[in-house]
Amino acid sequence: MAILVDKNSRIIVQGITGSEGSFHAQQCLDYGQNVVGGVTPGKGGQEVLEPKVPVFDTVYEAVEKVNANVSLIFVPPAFAADAIMEAADAGIETIVCITEGIPVKDMTYVESYLKTKPNSRLIGPNCPGLLTPEGAKVGIMPGFIAQKGNVGVISKSGTLTYEAVHQLCAEGLGQTTCVGIGGDPIIGTKMAELLEMFENDSETKAIVMIGEIGGSMEIEAAQYAKENISKPIIGFIAGQTAPPGRRMGHAGAIVSGEDESAAAKMKIMRECGIHVVDSPADIGRTVKEQIG
Amino acid sequence: MNIHEYQAKEILKKFKIPVQDGFVLDDISEAENILSKVESELGSSQFVVKAQIHAGGRGKGGGVKFSPNKESAKENIQNILGMTLITPQTGEAGQKVRKVMVTEGIDIADEYYLAITLDRSTGQNVIMASTEGGVEIEEVAAATPEKIIRTWVDPSFGLKRFAALDMGIKLGFKGDLLKQFVKLLTNLYACYESTDASIVEINPLVVTEKDELIALDAKFNFDSNALYRQADILALRDEHEEDPTELEASKYHLNYIKLEGNVGCMVNGAGLAMGTMDIIKLRGGNPANFLDVGGGANVETVKNGFKIILSDENVKAVLINIFGGIVRCDRVANGIIEAVKELDLNVPVVVRLAGTNADIAKELLNNSGVSIIAAESLSEAADKVVEAATVGVS
Repeated sequence: MAILVDKNSRIIVQGITGSEGSFHAQQCLDYGQNVVGGVTPGKGGQEVLEPKVPVFDTVYEAVEKVNANVSLIFVPPAFAADAIMEAADAGIETIVCITEGIPVKDMTYVESYLKTKPNSRLIGPNCPGLLTPEGAKVGIMPGFIAQKGNVGVISKSGTLTYEAVHQLCAEGLGQTTCVGIGGDPIIGTKMAELLEMFENDSETKAIVMIGEIGGSMEIEAAQYAKENISKPIIGFIAGQTAPPGRRMGHAGAIVSGEDESAAAKMKIMRECGIHVVDSPADIGRTVKEQIG
Repeated sequence: MNIHEYQAKEILKKFKIPVQDGFVLDDISEAENILSKVESELGSSQFVVKAQIHAGGRGKGGGVKFSPNKESAKENIQNILGMTLITPQTGEAGQKVRKVMVTEGIDIADEYYLAITLDRSTGQNVIMASTEGGVEIEEVAAATPEKIIRTWVDPSFGLKRFAALDMGIKLGFKGDLLKQFVKLLTNLYACYESTDASIVEINPLVVTEKDELIALDAKFNFDSNALYRQADILALRDEHEEDPTELEASKYHLNYIKLEGNVGCMVNGAGLAMGTMDIIKLRGGNPANFLDVGGGANVETVKNGFKIILSDENVKAVLINIFGGIVRCDRVANGIIEAVKELDLNVPVVVRLAGTNADIAKELLNNSGVSIIAAESLSEAADKVVEAATVGVS
């Protein structure tokens, strides 16, 4: 078991003819993933990768011809929001958007659009995607750093996820699924939703949750966990030493009424029963203590 | 990206939002001419002289002066133009005032606060307003949170007239002022949307003795991801307001923020970079900077990263922490070897490389003859660099 994607997922890559898209599509294919095609408007009819997969002009066509149900997006930022909405409208169930630098306004439109598409789930944008060791790779996380096991990983940050996975493997602890959720102001799937999925996944025995300063998602997740999650959660918040910065307006700081500093988040997470580590080097060891 | 008050007011005027108007000068020789223009074109014989820097809290630092007549205005211009203004937001070093805005005097009857920004938790825009304008809004939020009114706007539907009207009524506006407010807020929302602003804030929004609603001061912050399609906004960028090293780093596509400590850091990925700073602090050191070399770490980025880090004289040791996913550690290692040889480094460098091709990278470094301190884990790397920095300064 794993969450979100597995070996049977039928994946298309939007932006498959671009340099990033084609490189990572090949990596996913090499990992044993069922990449069934790609989409680049105007390049329908071509074949790419090795072994060859077809390129379509639209996601609709890909769904119709190769029965895709998962999409991995590498479309440039100016067109990425449109690509996400196209995938949702075509009925894709899991949409993983790797693209970095999408304007926030575009994502606010995506957010309200997706409310009308309850069967589609977005992961990201600006994220490394999903990795289920020995099962599925839908994204850019390097497969070789991970191993199969019982720890679920949720993270806002890319390379810090790799660090955590590295430490887990060094302790002999594998992972069920690693999910990079992205660090943008608006993302499709939040921490609390993934906590619920890992809670319901019978193979997952512990959950690592890596956050950052800014926003209030970690606090919402912690409050959710207190009531709903029985498995141990090991948390880390990056940015304890980040300076408050020279802010301009004041509006951002008072939107949620919550303190968005690392210290404030860590305090609330601890109060909600999460095992919060001060040092990012203690993530693996602390998981071991919980389920070793 | 931030802009100056006078630029913010130009944008508001384009969206038909009434502002306390004025003219900008950057040289004292223009003072006479500017003051005459305020008199003749704006019909005001009283003046407000306002320092144009990006940081807030200008009034507290002495950067905003009311002047009842031309002589006093000229004196204030002379004092403010060229001064180093220190406000709660500039830091101790302050910011040099290169431009001054001279505005008309306004007879204020009442002050309000009005802002639009993104609420991350709902993914919607939120309009915030208060009858407590002209003061620090955080203080209002802390002391009397009930005095901040919020309305959420679903971006796909936009701001509806009824919602603007409701907000105006909650702020206590009646009659013609209520009409003015609905129009102003509607225009402000359109402005926020079409400029890809991440924050627009009018503080204070004032009611004059003549019952007119006017923006006395305004701040914008723009979404940097959207600047590619906002050429007019991008043209307003003032590089003088940015830290020179950070500006230099951005030209190399490096994300650098200078801090107060003595341990330089070079890391790939923002989260790991922050985590690396955190562990340095926990092990008794003090990070000198945040530096994210991004996903394309190669010989050039590593070299440029070193140049940026070492331009800070406080740096006594450098930690390079790279976790290669897409990035290949052997390329990073070659970058380090070349940079160390070329730049004639005089501080100890601790290197921790993990992930893709880390083994090849270690061999390259071992055989290169360059003097670096190798570390296996993040923990070991942090200890070694803190020790190196401490030995360096003693």
